[in-house]
Amino acid sequence: MRILACGDTALLVEVDALADVLGLTAALRADPPPGVVDIVSAARTVLLRCAAKVSDLAAIGDAVRARRPLPSAPSTAGLLQIPVRYDGEDLAEVAELIGLPAGEIVRRHTAGSWDVAFRGFTPGFGYLVPRTPTVSSMPSPPTWALPEIPRRASPRTSVPAGSVALADCYTGVYPRMSPGGWQLIGRTELPVFDASRDPPALLRPGVTVRFVEVAS
Amino acid sequence: MLTPDPLATLQDLGRPGLADMGIGAAGAADRGSLALANRLVGNAASAAGIEVTFGGLSVEAECVVLVSVCGAPCPLRLTSGAGAMNAPFYLRGGQRLTLGRPRAGLRTYLGVRGGVDLPAVLGSRSTDLLAGLGVRPGPRPDWFVPDAVRTLAAGVYQVSPQSNRIGMRLLGPTLDRARHEELPSEGMVPGALQVPPRGCPTVLLVDHPVTGGYPVIAVVAEGDLDSAAQARPGQRVLFRVKP
Repeated sequence: MRILACGDTALLVEVDALADVLGLTAALRADPPPGVVDIVSAARTVLLRCAAKVSDLAAIGDAVRARRPLPSAPSTAGLLQIPVRYDGEDLAEVAELIGLPAGEIVRRHTAGSWDVAFRGFTPGFGYLVPRTPTVSSMPSPPTWALPEIPRRASPRTSVPAGSVALADCYTGVYPRMSPGGWQLIGRTELPVFDASRDPPALLRPGVTVRFVEVAS
Repeated sequence: MLTPDPLATLQDLGRPGLADMGIGAAGAADRGSLALANRLVGNAASAAGIEVTFGGLSVEAECVVLVSVCGAPCPLRLTSGAGAMNAPFYLRGGQRLTLGRPRAGLRTYLGVRGGVDLPAVLGSRSTDLLAGLGVRPGPRPDWFVPDAVRTLAAGVYQVSPQSNRIGMRLLGPTLDRARHEELPSEGMVPGALQVPPRGCPTVLLVDHPVTGGYPVIAVVAEGDLDSAAQARPGQRVLFRVKP
């Protein structure tokens, strides 16, 4: 674990793997160090934003080092089924890149449950990872997990809302039209973010996500 | 300025073309010496500098700043270190420079990297300058070449018109990367100086995305964030590195 300075009021904690991020985030959320006002998890880091009046960031760093990772939050927030038309612009290209037929990519994408590892990028965007089977003492990705998918060499300036996309080990749904570099494999009509709804984001840690193919 | 000499004035190359309004061009009396002082610190020749008549000026730097002294040759006294006429040198924060009486000639010019800050009057070139915006290195200075933080501190940046509430884009010396792989997206804070591959930093403001994928070389000090939010397109920005 490396604790990096990030201005006067934040610390960036860097760890080795996503599993470490999830364990540390769960521990910090269960018992936040005094003065921490926001926790932003990402692929390899946890950002702790502190109240402006916090004078001793070093003490917060010590508190972080002392935390023991907890199992990430159990999936208690229910099941979310996302209907998808798998007619994405990049599906054929992804199939070629990873050497699997397009139909196999769709089969795997719909084969199992996904967890929201963390959120970010834009309001309502969740980074989804395949749920790791817990039966084994050596957790490993499920057999249906897709290989790592490279981002597009040149990001699109505009990705339509509802686009279902792949990048690295993640899948995600663009909540609204935005720039983006992920590979588009399909599209859903389900509004995953609505500021007038409570809670506004459907994709949040603890939700179990299944993708369901609908006819194009 | 510690010794405000009535004959020390802020001068640039004047405001030609307004004579029909009854306004003379004015400007530095010895234009070549002001232009040289500016060139030595990397300014446009027309930037504002301080014209000193028969020495006697004493100034103290608030932050590290590159200066030069040209024109009538004066003895230069510094509280520490050394400086010479007609060559650029740094004044550190708190360091004082005093100009003695010139051995020959009358007017001496102090050039300051980025120019000298006073409001523009009738289009005369004063410098619209946001000086000494405090930054702290981190979290990713190790993703850049070793002298990148120094480049940031010594450079003069200009606010790009492509700036908004998400971020203030800056044009100026590029901060070169030492590591070229993709940084996994990570949490961002307001004031973060995010550096995309082209090397010019963007200062993230209040509407910044929660996470971002470009390395952050430094973060603007909490107390200077409001000033950063007030910077206008075209305005020049100087950074001061805090420990």
